[in-house]
Amino acid sequence: MTYGQVLLGILISAVLSENFILVKFYGICPFMGVSKKIDTALGMGMAVTFVMALASAACYAVNLLLIRLELQYMQTVAFILVIASIVQVVEMFLKKMVPALYKALGIFLPLITTNCAVLGVALVNAQQEYDFLQSVINGACGGLGFTLAIVLFASVRERVDKADCPQCFRGYPLALIAAGLIALAFMGFSGLKIF
Amino acid sequence: MDFKKQLKEGLLTKNPVLVQLLGMCSVLATTTSLFNGVGMGLSVTAILICSNVLISALRKVIPSQIRIAAYIVIIAGFVTVVDLLLQAYIPTLSESLGMFIPLIVVNCIILGRAEAFASKNTVVASAVDGLCQGIGYTVALVIMCVIRELLGAGTLGSGLLNGGEGYRIIAEGYPASQMVQPVGGFLTLGFVIAFFQWFNRRRNHQKKEAGGK
Repeated sequence: MTYGQVLLGILISAVLSENFILVKFYGICPFMGVSKKIDTALGMGMAVTFVMALASAACYAVNLLLIRLELQYMQTVAFILVIASIVQVVEMFLKKMVPALYKALGIFLPLITTNCAVLGVALVNAQQEYDFLQSVINGACGGLGFTLAIVLFASVRERVDKADCPQCFRGYPLALIAAGLIALAFMGFSGLKIF
Repeated sequence: MDFKKQLKEGLLTKNPVLVQLLGMCSVLATTTSLFNGVGMGLSVTAILICSNVLISALRKVIPSQIRIAAYIVIIAGFVTVVDLLLQAYIPTLSESLGMFIPLIVVNCIILGRAEAFASKNTVVASAVDGLCQGIGYTVALVIMCVIRELLGAGTLGSGLLNGGEGYRIIAEGYPASQMVQPVGGFLTLGFVIAFFQWFNRRRNHQKKEAGGK
């Protein structure tokens, strides 16, 4: 198996067969919280993708340092600090340099620090011992998988919210059941092997 | 301080999972067997009590501009402690929960209670609050586990009861294995929350009627 095939394998599995939300359950809070409209869901997805790719790169470097110092048990603490500071820096940078993008993503950025998907991808990269390129691809494609799932879910939810259903199912219960059906569809990818 | 009221809030009226919908990742991912669910629930409860106590004790020292960062570091410290303890003493649990132990750091329940309760109240009240919310979380996990394990694997309490084998309720070959997969997690949580909304509404309704007379 060549290196390119390995990268392609990571790409496909991060988006489809190992989808961060629907298969691995990372990042359910924003998935339920920010999926009432397709526009906001897309904004959240883009912001998460960006931060996940950046965090994968930064945490790769930090992890090398931790291994060098034999401090691997501090991974969780170090990674969450790195992610929190990345989110802060990205927020300040966008506010100053790209105000239009900041306006679109601004409210989602602080939420991303506590998104399991971002810390999750950093920990998975470290556990699987991915190299730099593999880590970044895993992060970016994991984010794309997140965006795919949240946009699909938002478009389903816009219709589901108008459905006439028993009072006690209004809101979250019905949304969760809809998410379950999307997850069922994604189970179809579970046996997917490229090479 | 009203222990009874706080316990009632944690279990029923403000249950972190079933009413406030916090910490859903771990709820969906770890409730495939009673062993995992109870282990996760107790780990979160322990971390919640510890972080609530420390944050409440330091609430006058931490400057408010950087409080979130400070809370996250405190929580991450306790999570690392629990992670290492589980790896050392209950390796099977640590293996089956996998990534979801370190991911407790970003569990909204813990940060939420730190911000909403521990940063404003005394140490003892915060410890009690942590305990009550933790019990509420654990109970919600156990409800999910029992339903999913029964329908998905046909057993009750495998890994925990009856010498680790659990009790087989549905004969092998009949359970719907989808229930222990992601689909079942979403469906079960949806139905449990719907039941809870129905139950709470009925209780409020009855209270109103009783008050009206």
